Amino acid sequence: MTPRITLAVARRVLHQLRRDPRTIALMLLLPCVVILLLWWVFSELPGGGMLDRFGPAIIAFMPFTVMFIVTSITMLRERTAGTLERMLAMPTGRGDILVGYALALLAICLVQATLVIALAVWVLGMEVGGPIWALLVVALADSFLGTALGLAVSAFARTEFQAVQFMPALVFPQLLLCGLFLPRDQMPRAAEVISDFLPLTYAVEAMQGVQAGVDGAVADGTWTHLLVVVVVAVVVLALGTLTLRRRTD
Amino acid sequence: MTSGPVVQVADLRVTRGGVEVLHAVDLTVAAGELVGIVGPSGGGKSTLMRAIVGVQANVAGTVRVLGQEAGSPPVRGRVGYVTQSPSIYDDLTARENLEFFGAVQGVGRREVQAALTTVDLADAGDQVVGTMSGGQQSRVSLATALLGEPALLVLDEPTVGLDPVLRRSLWATFRALAEGGAAVLVSSHVMDEAERCDRIALLRRGHVLATGSPADLRERTGTDTVEAAFLALIDEAAA
Repeated sequence: MTPRITLAVARRVLHQLRRDPRTIALMLLLPCVVILLLWWVFSELPGGGMLDRFGPAIIAFMPFTVMFIVTSITMLRERTAGTLERMLAMPTGRGDILVGYALALLAICLVQATLVIALAVWVLGMEVGGPIWALLVVALADSFLGTALGLAVSAFARTEFQAVQFMPALVFPQLLLCGLFLPRDQMPRAAEVISDFLPLTYAVEAMQGVQAGVDGAVADGTWTHLLVVVVVAVVVLALGTLTLRRRTD
Repeated sequence: MTSGPVVQVADLRVTRGGVEVLHAVDLTVAAGELVGIVGPSGGGKSTLMRAIVGVQANVAGTVRVLGQEAGSPPVRGRVGYVTQSPSIYDDLTARENLEFFGAVQGVGRREVQAALTTVDLADAGDQVVGTMSGGQQSRVSLATALLGEPALLVLDEPTVGLDPVLRRSLWATFRALAEGGAAVLVSSHVMDEAERCDRIALLRRGHVLATGSPADLRERTGTDTVEAAFLALIDEAAA
């Protein structure tokens, strides 16, 4: 890896996104719209608290989903357009490509997560016991996981159409199994065991752990859950690296 | 740096999908030489070029570039490669594309401007590639390969779909690059283009039918054009 090349990749990815203002607007505003909708739909229900119950999960899922889509599509384009091959025929290391992408997308995610967290906490009044910055850290870890999985999927998808289909395939089962709709210990035993192996379970638990914290500290186990998310992301990213082959048929 | 040929291919065999598509190919290209790989589509021209650049899988035999194994780290920055379809980012401008690949190669804005001028795109540098004509796009792709003064240029059908004036000017560019000391390998299925090369390899169905200067090939077959020589060689092989 060469810092000059890594940064060139990151800058180039941001350049490309800047050419596409509509995508940027969607990336930044979509999570805010969803959280606003969540608040609004339940706003006339007595008792309320739905934002507190579902808000952290949405903040965990949105950066994951968005980064997954952006990474899988852009990497697939690199593969089909031959620019990946050109980069690899040059002195570019595989790590330069991966880290360059991760840096650019984390920068976007930082803005995205800041907006949605600010809206949820300060405008809509989502209750958070732990520090607000911890929400941001968890959101960044989730987007990193999305980037890693998106990269891996780009190797299996032949078309952009296929790549997009992987999104609901990865997101919806995890959404149902992560304990959001029903506490995991009340699910069928097999479902609970499956959920133990799904990274978004830990992403949501980390978010809920920050929320359930008291006096500016996060709840017990939150950092462990976060660590699981990061470790899974690193492993998936390392596997994704293997799919960036210099020589192809 | 090396005294031997820039490209040395010996007994190259490439298998794709279990089928051998290049059979015992030999080829050398020296510094300062402009060599054409000519033959019908599907004959293995692109596969041969990909093997020389080091991006082709399932390669057996010898493929050495600048005395090193093709595609190995020491030669990666020294080979400029242009694929048939332009490998550039169509949502960036020509200049942004070149600045990105220039940063990868470690060259600055001056070289970027020089490369744009070489391919006659100095005035269109700030146009987004996606809005350019096909010919302009392939020239951006070519300019990208010129960055960093490569010792070897591998150009896969670089003049397809371009108008005659531009084709002539690009061939003059290839000649100038070779005269500047680079080894230049150009593929084409247009036989008359091959007349401009120092040496030609006629490639058909994964076999090199013949190599030599255009004059050699015409003389050997008693024909007037490279195209006629090619057809004569096919008939000879079939007989």
